[in-house]
Amino acid sequence: MAGYTWSTHPERTISTGPMGGLPLPGTRTPDLGPRPAYGPEAPERILGGCGLMGVCDESGQRMSGEVAIRSMASMHDRGNGLGGGFAGYGIYPEFADCFCFHLLYNDEMAQEDTEYYLGRHFLTVAEEPIPTKPVRGIEDEPLLMRYFLDIAPERLEETRLSAEDYVVHAVMDVNSYIDGAFVASSGKNMGAFKGVGFPEEIGEFYRLDEYEGWTWTGHGRFPTNTPGWWGGAHPFVLLDYSIVHNGEISSYGINRRYLEAFGYKCTLRTDTEVVTYLFDLMLRRQGLPVEMACRALASPFWSEIDRMPEPQRRLFTALRMVYGPALLNGPFAVVLGMGEGMVALNDRIKLRPLVAARDGCRVFVASEESAIREICPRPEASWMPKAGEPVIARLVRSDPAGSEAAGQAAPTAGNAPAGESAWTKKVGSAGEVAAR
Amino acid sequence: MSEITFTTPEFRVRVDRDACRRCGRCVHQCGWGVYRRSGDGEYPLPDHSRCVACHRCVTFCPEAALTIERHPLAYKESDSLSPELRKAIWRQAETGGVMLTGMGNDRPYLRVFDHLLLDACQVTNPSIDPLREPMELRTHLGRKPDSVEVDMVASDGPLLVSELDRQLILETPILFGGMSYGSVSLNVHRALAMAAKELGTYMNTGEGGLHAELEPYQDHIIVQCASGRFGVDSEYLQAGAAVEIKIGQGAKPGIGGHLPGEKIDLQVSVTRMIPQGTDALSPAPHHDIYSIEDLRQLVYAIKEATGYKPVSVKIACVHNVAAIASGVVRAGADIVYLDGFRGGTGAAPVIVRDHVGIPVEIALAVVDQRLRDEGIRNRASIVAAGGIRSSADVAKAIALGADACAIGTAALVALGCHLCQKCHTGRCSWGICTQRPELTRRLDPEWGAERVVNLVRAWSHEIAEVLGALGVNAIESLRGSRERLRSLGLDQTTGELLGVKPAGLGH
Repeated sequence: MAGYTWSTHPERTISTGPMGGLPLPGTRTPDLGPRPAYGPEAPERILGGCGLMGVCDESGQRMSGEVAIRSMASMHDRGNGLGGGFAGYGIYPEFADCFCFHLLYNDEMAQEDTEYYLGRHFLTVAEEPIPTKPVRGIEDEPLLMRYFLDIAPERLEETRLSAEDYVVHAVMDVNSYIDGAFVASSGKNMGAFKGVGFPEEIGEFYRLDEYEGWTWTGHGRFPTNTPGWWGGAHPFVLLDYSIVHNGEISSYGINRRYLEAFGYKCTLRTDTEVVTYLFDLMLRRQGLPVEMACRALASPFWSEIDRMPEPQRRLFTALRMVYGPALLNGPFAVVLGMGEGMVALNDRIKLRPLVAARDGCRVFVASEESAIREICPRPEASWMPKAGEPVIARLVRSDPAGSEAAGQAAPTAGNAPAGESAWTKKVGSAGEVAAR
Repeated sequence: MSEITFTTPEFRVRVDRDACRRCGRCVHQCGWGVYRRSGDGEYPLPDHSRCVACHRCVTFCPEAALTIERHPLAYKESDSLSPELRKAIWRQAETGGVMLTGMGNDRPYLRVFDHLLLDACQVTNPSIDPLREPMELRTHLGRKPDSVEVDMVASDGPLLVSELDRQLILETPILFGGMSYGSVSLNVHRALAMAAKELGTYMNTGEGGLHAELEPYQDHIIVQCASGRFGVDSEYLQAGAAVEIKIGQGAKPGIGGHLPGEKIDLQVSVTRMIPQGTDALSPAPHHDIYSIEDLRQLVYAIKEATGYKPVSVKIACVHNVAAIASGVVRAGADIVYLDGFRGGTGAAPVIVRDHVGIPVEIALAVVDQRLRDEGIRNRASIVAAGGIRSSADVAKAIALGADACAIGTAALVALGCHLCQKCHTGRCSWGICTQRPELTRRLDPEWGAERVVNLVRAWSHEIAEVLGALGVNAIESLRGSRERLRSLGLDQTTGELLGVKPAGLGH
């Protein structure tokens, strides 16, 4: 079996995948050989214009998914009914320690293969169809399942992977090698709900008003050159990093090649997935503080860097030098949901709309201010974030007012060497408290 | 019979006697001895066989009375044994020698650059107007880590904890390739050094040492250490912004160099640290590098000697270039300089120049991919050279994966070179590839620097136009972004090697 590279350690080439290859039944033997830069898995990449929103309660107080639906409904005209989706955080308190996989299946064969695969590699704590209800306008839905998964400690020892890397492998394997199966989300205590339809229809279809979460993000698509595909709707999720995105990543080509060198497989026919993987790489695997990751992805101009005082100039020069291939260029507004909170970011010359607001512990972002006013009629403050300046909402239960404005240093966001920030741990435990 | 030659003139010089006012300027300007006169005030009489079509006389004739034509002499047609080949046979039958030539490969091989097309934005993402918005071409060459460590709790804002390796900082992704003092004149070096400083980029000494007069420009000079080690001492190594170990040259992979004694005048002799009038022979290999581990020793010896300045390793693009480049990076090189088979030279055997090596486009693509596959692309920058003719070539090379491009021939053409391919004779009428004082003084370094600066600025503007059309505003978003290229008329295998889809396929 040909090898592929997983570069947690850049020089290590593993002759078969660290998961030991895919033990699939029948003739559908997975091809783990070197793949061309383009291939049948990505015949066309999906472009689009869109509307998006995000709300995060920094105190960890949970709110109904209905809030997100209502906000997105007000931006109905930004989409064209070919894709809508939401991500909710804190929605599975009873399984807060399990990785929750949301799966979309084209057919039962894909389900059978995937469940066989998951059964081989995970301990299934619970599984069930994702509850839905019939909604006019939503049709041809795939089979929708969710699985709450644990990993046997000996599997981690065997593969010498962290639990998170192990999950990343599984997601890449399923998405790349099992025809008709798609992992819509794979994080802890969170889930992505997406499909073909207007966002308010999708929200109703998934019965999101019955979920409670402390962070919600939402998205309505206006894809421009491909028919709607359930997997192609936003958010795009890896572990608990979810991305909703309005715009187009003109630097997709190099972003993708950069990520491939770190073992990511970009198979989802969209430029948005690179944003998700870049955050996973920089935040989780490299332990870069989130402010710095944002400054690398939408970096200041050299003319600005050259005018900074020396220590900052050194820092920003290094970020650009090292993360040049990760620079996201082209028009975009993205909202990153994650276990620790929410981040919204514009491209470096703000070619897509993004408005932010704050009211008490809640931070709101959206493509249009009306979408914020719809769910928070009189916020304490609202503003237009500058190009490349992230809006960061941090989940800090003990300190409800503990959010930081863009660019300010966060005292808790140390840069831990082991690739996991102190922040991650702290907020991770906060999440668990919330879950209980 | 011995004085009879079968070779016939390549060009024919016509003097328009109605226009000519017999000033004799052509006689003085021609470095090839084409014109002679029976006396002052007489019409010039051309010896067609000496003309190389360098246009020096045409440029300086005050009456525009001179024309140079391809010689119309007919040969019996043969697609197999062309007149050029027949002439080569005759010449070798006369001399028994190796055919020498200058400049780059001029054979009609496939030009891959001319089969690549760039993308542009329409509707779904906006193109950016480079006249209104910033367009960033700044490029850092050197080793980079995979990630950086940041101290977020430092008292005066976030601080960089990681120590980064030293870099070459280019304000535009174009630098000058190595051309030695000795093969080119000191005025060429002066012009390129001034231009490099003005442009915020780098010139390269080539293997002939660094003339003392160029000291003020040393922050913009890469000093080369080639197999002959001409002019190399610790002072020289420390003088430059970076050191380049030249393993090979695209125009003549696998062979050494030979600068004839006639070109070693006093100044060249002092700079090269060899006796005046002796031939300067560069061995084919470095005699202390017979394997990759020897290269590693030299790389680190140079780093130790220079306080860890970036070390570039220049290799010719040969068949196994991807594996070689990978070894070079693992040997510690901060920059891999890929010189394609169209690269120029001051002198090379025709058989090597025209038949050895591979195009830089393909070499660059496979090297970039190989380094990515091995997870070591960040460890070294790639400079592509050898056949970069225009800003379009630069943009395409960067999209294929180059960090920057080096130009040699193009810079010389800006200085007046007319590509006559007679560099090896040392009689350049434009004062470029010669050491004869009456010829070298024809090139005013300041005038030359201005022309080279104009050229590189013009190309930089054009690259900015391309970036804007692509909807990106930083060169790093084009670098390696092969998705923004399409091929037209390339075979499938070449397309796959390049990682470029055929025109007509969308994203």
